[in-house]
Amino acid sequence: MTDNAPLSEQLKSLADRAADLETISQLSSTGDPHGFFIMGLTVFVLACFVGYYVVWRVTPALHSPLMGVTNAISSVIIVGAVIAAGPLEGDITSKLFGFVAIVLASINIFGGFIITKRMLHMFKKKG
Amino acid sequence: MTSFTGFAYLIASICFIMALRGLSHPESAQKGVNFGIAGMLLAVITTLMMPNVSSYFTIFCGIAAGGLIGGMIAKRIEMTALPELMAAFHSLVGLAAVFVASAAFLNPDAYGIANDGVVGAGSLLEMALGVAIGAITFTGSIIAWGKLQGKISGKPLTFKGQHALNAILGLAMLVMIILFCTTQAAFFFWAIIIIALMLGVLLIMPIGGADMPVIVSMLNSYSGWAAAGIGFTLQNNLLIVTGALVGASGAILSYIMCKGMNRSFFNVILGGFGGDTAAAAQDLGDRNAKIGSAEDAAFIMKSASKVIIVPGYGMAVAQAQHVLREMGDILKKEGVDVKYAIHPVAGRMPGHMNVLLAEANVPYDEVFEQEDINRDFSQADVAYVIGANDITNPAAKNDPSSPIYGMPVLDVENAKTVLFVKRSLGSGYAGIDNPLFYEDNTLMLLGDAKKMTEDILKALE
Repeated sequence: MTDNAPLSEQLKSLADRAADLETISQLSSTGDPHGFFIMGLTVFVLACFVGYYVVWRVTPALHSPLMGVTNAISSVIIVGAVIAAGPLEGDITSKLFGFVAIVLASINIFGGFIITKRMLHMFKKKG
Repeated sequence: MTSFTGFAYLIASICFIMALRGLSHPESAQKGVNFGIAGMLLAVITTLMMPNVSSYFTIFCGIAAGGLIGGMIAKRIEMTALPELMAAFHSLVGLAAVFVASAAFLNPDAYGIANDGVVGAGSLLEMALGVAIGAITFTGSIIAWGKLQGKISGKPLTFKGQHALNAILGLAMLVMIILFCTTQAAFFFWAIIIIALMLGVLLIMPIGGADMPVIVSMLNSYSGWAAAGIGFTLQNNLLIVTGALVGASGAILSYIMCKGMNRSFFNVILGGFGGDTAAAAQDLGDRNAKIGSAEDAAFIMKSASKVIIVPGYGMAVAQAQHVLREMGDILKKEGVDVKYAIHPVAGRMPGHMNVLLAEANVPYDEVFEQEDINRDFSQADVAYVIGANDITNPAAKNDPSSPIYGMPVLDVENAKTVLFVKRSLGSGYAGIDNPLFYEDNTLMLLGDAKKMTEDILKALE
């Protein structure tokens, strides 16, 4: 019995801490900007490193297609545009801006991928 | 953001990394682009499934309209106009970023970044940065596009107090950003956009046509940073990752281009190169260049055993790549070893020459980068320089007073004979005389790049 008392106490404090963790995680997921900023920055810096190493391995002959692809994928900004244009009600200007951004980004996505495909299609080996 | 959305965005990010990874070799490149397309599809579909998104009809109309325009442009454009197209596309990314940031500013609740319309200072800062980079990318790319199209003079436009004006605008922007972050007032937001639009114009105007490969790469990079900025604003990891990838890619390309010209990035940005340098060029005075005909060139090449072709921007302007390949084919039939040498800054964007040669059906294993082929010139019988000038200038190696001194150049003068196709004996776009014209082993072929190659082709047949 003497051993059980501290164990239950330990369990209780553990449960308290778990509850604390829950509130913290709720705080950070309900849009605490500073919470996101550090996580976003981490993602950003790591992605820069990935980009650095991947792009150095691109053969110089394909630098134009590289530009085509990066141009197409940078238009993933369309995600933000869709969210802006998405709601049925709400600020009309903001929805209009979203719609314009969708059109602009779509030009880039289709244009970028198609021109890249066209370029790559031309690169052939001897014979 | 639900964990499902987050997970789908993660997969889309991986697809984008795979797309870039595929470009390490022409054989894996097509597959890589398919990864990119898959990633984009996944990202858009996932976003459409989000609970707040319900005006499907409007969204589909937007995508269809944009897709139609983009598809038509990309299908019809001539490969020689690729640099202009890229500049135009970058401007669209910039403008889209401005619109998305403005939408987020007007209706922050839709993105879950506000409590009752009040946005945190951190998010406001991210919003301001995203919109500023986007606006600079937009107008900067339009100026670059105009210069590449020839609608705006390719000459660097400089005026007194230019750097001071840019500094003042930069400072004004900084003040506006600080005021915006503390007050969240609409006035400051629009002020940031207007200043950034002006800065975009002013930053690119003073940059000469020769520096366009750097500028196109730099704007490519900016479009990425703008996307990342928007990603921070909207707290969206996919945008952050993609923006970082694109930003890094453009930065590396800018670095490679600067190194190819032996210029520092800041030197390019400050502009003015190519305007006042002509006076500094060495006076080569009374030395005479040997002028040859197409028949002479055909005779020399026919009896050669190894020919290296050096294309430059002039080849693109004259659309000479197809007839050049035909000439190469005939020489190969005669048993001549034909190779192509590409300088990193040949053309108006990174890899421009490679695409044009590929378009003319030159196999990519006959095309070599500078560092892989430079030694071969000493064993070559003929170096056929078509539409290139400064990238072959030996003054870059042996004349410390030359403005391009230190720039890595192709050692064409080591070939037994240099055949130099050029309109006239004038200087190149950097305004620098090329002593190569007056070397004993150089034969100048004066005329249009395409016309001259056609004549040589006829003489060979």
